[in-house]
Amino acid sequence: MHSSVVQAINDHQEQLVSKWKEEMARVQEEYFKNSLPDDLVFTNNEEFIDVLYSSVRLERSEAEGKIKHFAERLIQTDWPLSYFTQGMQAFRRIVTACIVPYINNAEEDSVRLSVEVEEWVDAIVNQLVDDYSDSWIKTLELQQMALNELSAPLIPVFEKVSVMPLIGAIDTERAKLIMENLLDGIIQHRSQVVLIDITGVPVVDTMVANHIIQASKAVRLVGAECILVGIRPEIAQTIVNLGIDLSTFPTKSSLRKGIESALELTQRKMVQVENGAEWRA
Amino acid sequence: MSIQSSVEVQTEWGIVSARQAGRNLAKEIGFGGVDQARITTAISELARNIYLYAEKGEIVIEAVEETRGTQKKKGIKITAKDRGPGIKNIREVMEDGYTTSGGLGAGLPGVRRLMDDFDVDSVMEEGTTITAIKWLR
Ligand SMILES: Nc1ncnc2c1ncn2[C@@H]1O[C@H](COP(=O)(O)OP(=O)(O)O)[C@@H](O)[C@H]1O
Ligand SMILES: [Mg+2]
Repeated sequence: MHSSVVQAINDHQEQLVSKWKEEMARVQEEYFKNSLPDDLVFTNNEEFIDVLYSSVRLERSEAEGKIKHFAERLIQTDWPLSYFTQGMQAFRRIVTACIVPYINNAEEDSVRLSVEVEEWVDAIVNQLVDDYSDSWIKTLELQQMALNELSAPLIPVFEKVSVMPLIGAIDTERAKLIMENLLDGIIQHRSQVVLIDITGVPVVDTMVANHIIQASKAVRLVGAECILVGIRPEIAQTIVNLGIDLSTFPTKSSLRKGIESALELTQRKMVQVENGAEWRA
Repeated sequence: MSIQSSVEVQTEWGIVSARQAGRNLAKEIGFGGVDQARITTAISELARNIYLYAEKGEIVIEAVEETRGTQKKKGIKITAKDRGPGIKNIREVMEDGYTTSGGLGAGLPGVRRLMDDFDVDSVMEEGTTITAIKWLR
């Protein structure tokens, strides 16, 4: 920034800071409806103005580091980005109102000075927005990873028998994961029967049905068998209305029945145990 | 009732929100579980077709009423609009199994069976509008 602006901002520090704090009190009341905790607003305001002042004095790269540090701390506490942008806008208004006329007396070009203040404020706002959006993108990526891990798990429940419980909507991305996890899991756990449980899938349209059909064909190719379980009555009716033929597809009404027939397919069965002693039919 | 919602379909998220909006309104109108599933599935098919074949478009969901004599009936109307390539041969796409994308080709004929009224209006290079109504019994 132009040295005369820097000097004026420094010379008027006390006046500018107190005006800015007044302005921020108004922002807290009108914009945030006093939703931000007062004690945090107080400490954050102190640090905010401190960071602003040091960014006036420091070298650009040093100032950027300091702002980034401040922003990172507040991002971690979910502090709203609009608090910063409002704060910067308030500072610009005050500086323009107080300083520019003052320097103008000293025969400086007031338009150029306002533009300089503006550019300085904009650069900081841009940096803050970048820091915030970087952190949002990182969070989204992490959530996406967590979601992918959760979205199509293959659980080996017995030797040779695995279950894939599906919960929530199935999109193209997830359909791909279902296929991959099924085939990888079957090899890894040496499964002979896989139960795909669709109890938690809200909508079974032709796309979902198609993916399940394709997946079960692929499962057969690696030498295992799929059983579809958890078809709710209303889903059964819509599948029939859609004209999808699942008659050749092994289905069982419940996971429990599915497990029974999976055990049967692998030449085993559940037996009742009585009085601690094993009872066989 | 003048409830109407319009959902933009441009990503797979749009398909999910269109379905959600449809399920909510169907519930509000008083449709039972099976019909809610039929309506939601029909919306899913139409929205996915928009996403797959027209890239983007919109699903409008509204409550409708019709009076015939002293009988008043309520229903839900789904309108799927896009400015995509259009459908060349409507009779062909209404046949079970017809697909240009390796799908099951059961979407449009399925929607016709899931709903009560069904209408396709499509002009090549201009776009497609499909309307479907389910009446409350
Ligand atoms: N909105 C649309 N715009 C252009 N073509 C469409 C549209 N909807 C459907 N089609 C065409 O109709 C065919 C049949 O659609 P559908 O019955 O849903 O089966 P599928 O989507 O499995 O192919 C599609 O393959 C596509 O060629
Ligand atoms: Mg389709």
